[in-house]
Amino acid sequence: MSLSFKNNKPSGPLILAVTRFATAAALLLSAGSASADIRWNFQTPVTPMAHQIYHLQDLMFGVCVAIFVIVFGVMFYSIFAHRKSKGHKPATFHQSTTIEVIWTVIPFLILVAVAVPATATLLKMENTSDSAMTVRITGYQWKWQYDYPAQGISFFSDLSTPVAQIENQEPKNKHYLLQVDHPLVLPVGEKIRFQITAADVIHSWWVPSFGVKTDAIPGFINQTWTEIQVPGTYRGQCTELCGMGHAFMPIVVKAVSQKEFQKWVTAQKARMSAAHSAATPAM
Amino acid sequence: MASVAANHEEHPVGLKRWLFTTNHKDIGTMYLLFSLLMFFVAGSFAMLIRAELFSPGMQIMKPYFFNQLITMHGLVMIFGAIMPGFVGFANWLIPMMIGAPDMALPRLNNWSFWILPFAFTLMLSSFFMPGGAPGTGWTMYAPLSVQAPIGMDCVIFAIHMLGISSVLGAINIIVTILNMRAPGMTLMKMPMFVWTWLITAFLLVAVMPVLAGTVTMVLMDRHFGTHFFEAAGGGDPVLYQHLFWFFGHPEVYIMILPAFGIISQIIPTFSRKPLFGYESMVFATASIAFLSFIVWGHHMFTVGMPAPAEMFFMYSTMLIAVPTGVKIFNWVATMWRGSLSFETPMLFAIGFLVMFTIGGLSGLMLAVVPADFQYHNTYFVVAHFHYVLFAGAAMAMMGGCYYWLPKWTGHMYNETLGKWHFWLTTIFFNLTFFPMHFLGLAGMPRRIPDYALQFTDLNRVVSISAFGLGLSQLLWVYVVYQTVKGGKKATDRVWEGAEGLEWTLSSPPPYHSFATAPTVK
Repeated sequence: MSLSFKNNKPSGPLILAVTRFATAAALLLSAGSASADIRWNFQTPVTPMAHQIYHLQDLMFGVCVAIFVIVFGVMFYSIFAHRKSKGHKPATFHQSTTIEVIWTVIPFLILVAVAVPATATLLKMENTSDSAMTVRITGYQWKWQYDYPAQGISFFSDLSTPVAQIENQEPKNKHYLLQVDHPLVLPVGEKIRFQITAADVIHSWWVPSFGVKTDAIPGFINQTWTEIQVPGTYRGQCTELCGMGHAFMPIVVKAVSQKEFQKWVTAQKARMSAAHSAATPAM
Repeated sequence: MASVAANHEEHPVGLKRWLFTTNHKDIGTMYLLFSLLMFFVAGSFAMLIRAELFSPGMQIMKPYFFNQLITMHGLVMIFGAIMPGFVGFANWLIPMMIGAPDMALPRLNNWSFWILPFAFTLMLSSFFMPGGAPGTGWTMYAPLSVQAPIGMDCVIFAIHMLGISSVLGAINIIVTILNMRAPGMTLMKMPMFVWTWLITAFLLVAVMPVLAGTVTMVLMDRHFGTHFFEAAGGGDPVLYQHLFWFFGHPEVYIMILPAFGIISQIIPTFSRKPLFGYESMVFATASIAFLSFIVWGHHMFTVGMPAPAEMFFMYSTMLIAVPTGVKIFNWVATMWRGSLSFETPMLFAIGFLVMFTIGGLSGLMLAVVPADFQYHNTYFVVAHFHYVLFAGAAMAMMGGCYYWLPKWTGHMYNETLGKWHFWLTTIFFNLTFFPMHFLGLAGMPRRIPDYALQFTDLNRVVSISAFGLGLSQLLWVYVVYQTVKGGKKATDRVWEGAEGLEWTLSSPPPYHSFATAPTVK
């Protein structure tokens, strides 16, 4: 269930792209449908919150399309039926309190109807209590640092795409710009609390499949949480302009089973103490 | 005195006329031409951005220069193209619409305009400073703007100058509307364009000083050792965002309310039917303006505000949909059972209606906090605000330009070319900005010079369409040039269904619009 990066051709012919778009335009009203290459909607949700957000957006999208079709159905009917070239004589009405009240009240009621599920989802998102473990995330210009305070693990996560690929001297690989040297490793099926901050300027930590996006602000700690349901590798990016490396500090999360996570923790601890004892004499 | 009265039309010629003019039409013309120039300057930045984004990998520039371009594209479009453009319309039209000879404060008017070229020279000169223009985005968030090179200071001082220009212009508009109306023109008889500008002017007076204060705090953090936005010194980076968006959201309505006004003039004319629900249109505009002061938090849902604050900003933002909806419904009701014809201004008005509504509806989706967490700072947002600012503000000005150009110049424009301009703009606009919704949903952040491979196809479509959109605007310049130079003589009323005082004047109108005040029944 990892994300699908189906299109890894760096340069498709232009005509093809334009034709694809034309085909796609015909599918606009069914926003959920995925074409062969282009993703038209959110990335596959793998957490309870991402699922709820997905449904919320479906609801909002449906409401918006319905409003659009009704209002502009009326307008385009008028454009075809009430044109001067057909000899239509203008009416003179220009006021109706009843109708003004109706089209003030109805939108208001629609808004109340969507505000209810939106508020319920929001309150769940904001509830960071009862988490099984905590990960501290720190944004730097331009990389992420991950700390597991209870496990005593800490490491930096850097972009691993070679510069030669960015400068078009080498063919780009499948996960171009969305790959790191040390991914964040998390267990599935557990409520994980994130504490997010930054060391220099504001960054923002976003993994689309989790429905988690929280700003990393120097001097402040923001909290959010997730509970991953499906093992896999999930990719995201910094979403707050943070200088010239903004596009080059991706986020990669490896979600593994509890057992694998424990194994990984043990291995990391051994690696870190080895590195520590190797470094100590030099100091 | 007698000789002055006899020589109403006399004025200096050449450079002196434009440098020293206190005439609302001359100043309006300068505002409009300046806005057009800035539209192309900022548009050319957009072309460079789209060229870079044509393919993954860095193509023609370095990432930091890309960030400079997005910053200057935003600042110059907003402060250089859209705001002065609407002030140009206000200068030309408000005195003619309310039956006044000129603006109330003509010398102030001259100064408001002439600040602009200097402000933009300073702002654009930042490209040539060590370190280049600021690469912070037009939002200039601290602490990124605190660490930016010296070009940031140029932008801060340019914003101070633009703020002075805007506030003086706004005061002039308020004073003119409140004091110079012809006998019989009560407030509730004013054309909608005048109403929307009166309300916009109050917004400007209220929020431009907030922006000036905010950027001054950045300036002090940069050079005078203060820590307004630095947590280590007891400050708060998020405070910058609260201050900026307290200005920034009313600013959005500063850029759209005059567009509402233009559309409210065009639609009744070509429907040959009075505007439906005039009073509710006025009240809707006023409530939008009021609500614009209490929704700023929706630009910053991800900064970690507590749940009650997020709920407040979500509800207040959703509420704006109600008066905005009323306006859309009233425009459609104005067209309903009218006698419609589709000259270029009407095409732009209908295009505005449809595309602005798309932007409004995606705005409603953005208001829903949990969903906003996914949309925030992605291309979905870029799509949203270009639907309201390009298809909304800019295309309303294009429509207004075709609508009043015959009145201003005395010549009819070329209708065929005008329609071509509309269709090319509309088609390329949608091909440019509609796919951005999908890019955002699929996970492409905004403000990145390079992107992952799965975004390639749509970015190609967007880039090619953007070049088409940019080139189409040259046609507009050609049509305007042709109309200024000559063409079929325009009648005084120009349009069969046109109502309002400006159409009672000759085309082109006399140098001083109404030497004697008309009486409004």
